[in-house]
Amino acid sequence: MSNVRAKSMRTPLGRVRNLGAAHSGTGDFWRQRITAVAMALLIIPVVVVVIMLLGRNQAGAAQILGSLPIALIMLLFVIASCWHMKIGMQVVIEDYVHSEPLKLVSIMANNFFAVTVALASIYALIKLSTGV
Amino acid sequence: MILSIVHRATGVALYFGTLLLAWWLIAAASGPSAYSYVQGFMASFLGRLIVFGYTWALLHHLLSGIRHFVWDLGYGFKPNEREALTWGALIGGITLTVLVWIVAYAVGGGR
Repeated sequence: MSNVRAKSMRTPLGRVRNLGAAHSGTGDFWRQRITAVAMALLIIPVVVVVIMLLGRNQAGAAQILGSLPIALIMLLFVIASCWHMKIGMQVVIEDYVHSEPLKLVSIMANNFFAVTVALASIYALIKLSTGV
Repeated sequence: MILSIVHRATGVALYFGTLLLAWWLIAAASGPSAYSYVQGFMASFLGRLIVFGYTWALLHHLLSGIRHFVWDLGYGFKPNEREALTWGALIGGITLTVLVWIVAYAVGGGR
């Protein structure tokens, strides 16, 4: 790749001009890494929380999930994982789905799925914390 | 080489596996009957199998992801380093999964 670039007299901008939009910059690449690192840091607390909840009834589970530090750990994990999986699935769709209409529908469905799972989980966690 | 597609496959599996996490949290927020229904499912053979698979997918994807992160930072490209990272992710993922389940049964089984 770098050899090709070295041989060409054309500037990077000149080479890509008039080829149309790339549809994505490096924003998603960066967010994919941020959310990955966040989850790598959160995984041990999350596993500990899940093990704390094993074998308890709903009242016990609700009490544990309703405590502030645990709710916060779970909220951060849910947000990071849903964001991460949305970006990841979009990459998979863009790699394998080549029909333009189907690709757009798939990417839209992917966004709906990720946002719904995230909001449902966040709503449940807030409900557990407020005890409503 | 083959591990690259496993990283992607476990990612896709985890994508749908997140429904389990959401279902479980919603059930906990809904009430005793919804929660015991989820517990009943997780305790069934199929439920245990799915959650075991989810645990492995999560831990493998985590270690395999750390491997990609090392590569992103520009390290670990020598053949022996690549091999070590790949085998580390594969063996580490399985080992951690078994370890987590042993702890889970030791702690949760007693309740």
